[in-house]
Amino acid sequence: MATSLVAEQLHAIWHERPGLAGWASTVDHKRIGKRYLHTGMLFLVLGGLESMLIRAQLADAQLEILDPETYNQIFTMHGITMMFLFAMPVLSGFGNYFVPLMIGARDMAFPRLNAFGYWVFLASGIFMYSSFLIGQAPNAGWFNYPPLADRDFAPGLNIDYYTLGLIFMGISTTGGAINFIVTILKMRAPGMTLNRIPIFVWGELAMSFQIVFALPALTLANVMLELERRFGFHFFGEAGGGDPLLWQHLFWIFGHPEVYIIALPAFGIVSAILPTWSRRRIVGYTWIVVAELSTALIGFGVWVHHMFATGLPQITLSFISLASFMVAIPSGVQVFAWLATLVAGRPVLRTPMLYVLGFIATFVIGGVTGVMFAAIPLDQQLHDSMFVVAHLHYVLVGGALFPIFGALYHWLPKMTGRMLSERLGKISFWLTFIGFNLSMFPLHILGLLGQPRRTYTYQEGLGWEPYNLISTIGTFILAAGLLTTFYNWYMSLRRGEPAGNDPWRGETLEWATTSPPPHHNFDHIPTVRSREPAWDQPDLADGAQPIEQGGHPLTEGHITLSTSVLDARPQAVVHMPHSTPWPLYLTIAMTILFTGMLVSSILIVALGGVTTTGALFGWFWPRRETQET
Amino acid sequence: MTQAIEHLPSKLAHTAHGPRAFGWWGMVWLIATEATLFAMLIASYFYLRFRSQPEWPPSSIEAPELTLPLIMSVILLSSSIPVHFAEAAIKKGSVTGLRIGLALGSLLGAIFLGLTWGIEWPEALHHFTPRTNSYGTMYFTITGFHGAHVLGGLVFSVWTQVRAWKGAFGADRHLTVQNFTMYWHFVDVVWVAVMATIYLSPHL
Ligand code: HEM
Repeated sequence: MATSLVAEQLHAIWHERPGLAGWASTVDHKRIGKRYLHTGMLFLVLGGLESMLIRAQLADAQLEILDPETYNQIFTMHGITMMFLFAMPVLSGFGNYFVPLMIGARDMAFPRLNAFGYWVFLASGIFMYSSFLIGQAPNAGWFNYPPLADRDFAPGLNIDYYTLGLIFMGISTTGGAINFIVTILKMRAPGMTLNRIPIFVWGELAMSFQIVFALPALTLANVMLELERRFGFHFFGEAGGGDPLLWQHLFWIFGHPEVYIIALPAFGIVSAILPTWSRRRIVGYTWIVVAELSTALIGFGVWVHHMFATGLPQITLSFISLASFMVAIPSGVQVFAWLATLVAGRPVLRTPMLYVLGFIATFVIGGVTGVMFAAIPLDQQLHDSMFVVAHLHYVLVGGALFPIFGALYHWLPKMTGRMLSERLGKISFWLTFIGFNLSMFPLHILGLLGQPRRTYTYQEGLGWEPYNLISTIGTFILAAGLLTTFYNWYMSLRRGEPAGNDPWRGETLEWATTSPPPHHNFDHIPTVRSREPAWDQPDLADGAQPIEQGGHPLTEGHITLSTSVLDARPQAVVHMPHSTPWPLYLTIAMTILFTGMLVSSILIVALGGVTTTGALFGWFWPRRETQET
Repeated sequence: MTQAIEHLPSKLAHTAHGPRAFGWWGMVWLIATEATLFAMLIASYFYLRFRSQPEWPPSSIEAPELTLPLIMSVILLSSSIPVHFAEAAIKKGSVTGLRIGLALGSLLGAIFLGLTWGIEWPEALHHFTPRTNSYGTMYFTITGFHGAHVLGGLVFSVWTQVRAWKGAFGADRHLTVQNFTMYWHFVDVVWVAVMATIYLSPHL
């Protein structure tokens, strides 16, 4: 067999050092993707524990499990954790792992930047969580409005952890987004023209575009706030001619796209799971892609809808209200395309599919309450009530948590090479689904009855206790559901059945290589001739498309192909960087820098600055083997 | 469809620049995100201007002097010319042209920065500081952000020049030069927006 010789050669070229050195210096997108996934799941556990504390405190009137200040810190950190440290990294993690596989590439376009992105994400997460050590976690809510977040009302370090932590983290997110864009535009296997890109990959691309254009607003707002808090600049404080609404604008220019930054790749997951489990091609491929891209675009036009209650001019409000109704259209298009796929196919109700169905149901409810908010009078009535909390969780848990768990059941066999228990999967799904609805549905009613969000307790005798108790019980059932999946995962690693290359008969390229894939992903980079290559191209078996059919072994070095943006025609051979510890060193140096800024120590800042510069030089120092230009 | 068997590694170039190179696209998107950052900054300037006072600059601060900023503009914008020729030179394989162009470009950039931080800022500080009011805040924040980018560009330039002296570049190997050029032009274009916002608009 000629292929195994190729596999051996490629292994010699692409494998990484074992042990600690290899751990610290890996640039393999699969290892990095798994790291994102594992770390993000750890943060889900932390964010989940925080939500359990919140719900325990609210289980009955006038409880004193958390004092008001701790409550503020806990719900703020819950929001930050779930958005920035769980949902985004986990979705990037799946992207990191599967985008190169799905497009038939050997790695991401910038492997070192990829490693750096992970380390910075980890460091900024630890940075923000270290605030608990001194009891000064961020406490002004996840959108951190001044004047509450200004120095006068928040003299501690709480808010500085928020601003500096998010600026730090933004470096990782921006780098990751650019990496995805270039990878997807330039590294698709020959023949994978634009209209053959898997929808999951489109989702990651739409997400990345949004990050590139939305994240600067958040970074800038945080830089401004930090300058104001530390040096007395005037951006948001009325006194010196600033305006607190400026923060709100900047925050929501980022914050609304943020919802789609999470939802679009999650939709991509749904579009990846559905065809496999409905046993037919996705209905309305083009429609779905156009819908994803236009959601990404319209998402920028609606930020003000978070500010209906701030007294803006009527005409602005009407315009934004219209745009907000409009976002419903592309989401609707996708939902109908999914339903059509289900109806026209032969759906198999295994766990990944259950999560997808759970997602559709939940997300539609969240979408309906969302459209309700686009009506301004209703928004003004329900503003800052528990109804909003219910809405945002139907969107985010429906739109992110369910697809992510569906993706675990769909893709873990590929990543670990081991099957999960179907029985535990079903149990987990039903616990999660029922627990979630129990915990969040009653909050709609509580919101209508007037219970405010972000308030650590409530009076007796308002009739709120039973709904709150149900909600709290639901939360613990939900937690049991998530734990069941973690247990399932753990057991499958220990003694799961071997998965084989393609346990589900999937349609995209990742199913055409081994589980887990080798370091170099495919023995031969394939030539793609279909939108569902793994279904239509029997020549792809075992990741080694015969050379006569267009397979490219590329055994000449640590190389991959650069292909044209539109029609993926090979243009150049690219020499990829080798594994290196410099991304880790740079991250450590920057952590010193940010810590220095946090504690206002010129000495530590200087140390951080010098080491950061040094690490940058170390990173970019030309190395012969990569033929850097 | 059967295709002719191609052995790509021997058929294709092993060095890439322009839109064939990953790094070129990386720079394009880095610039896109940075441009957004500046757009937000400038939008914030006008937001605060139109929200706060009827008069701008407020509290009897004079609108900025234009002579020095105009001289600075000429210097910075003209620095793009040698940088452009440096790139054109290396595309034809002329390392000497590259070295001269980059050196001239960075010299002009350094003069610009010297004028900003050595004369323009101290002069402004006589009248107001970032803590005086939102006008002072925006003035120093925007020029500061831009100055930091020029400084970054200078470091990038020096790095590129050192490598040019060591003979790293040639007619088919000059991605770093291209990326630097793109970045430098970007910083110059941003200056036009900064100039219009900070220096010209208060006179309107
Ligand atoms: C695991 C189940 C979850 C439960 C039981 C839960 C519970 C809660 C509750 C009760 C609040 C309101 C606190 C208050 O306003 O007093 C809250 C806030 C929030 N949750 Fe969750 N949550 C869960 C998961 C998630 C997930 C997965 C996300 C995002 C992906 C998320 C994002 C948020 C955000 C952004 C807030 C607003 C924080 C703020 O007001 O600043 N939650 N959560």
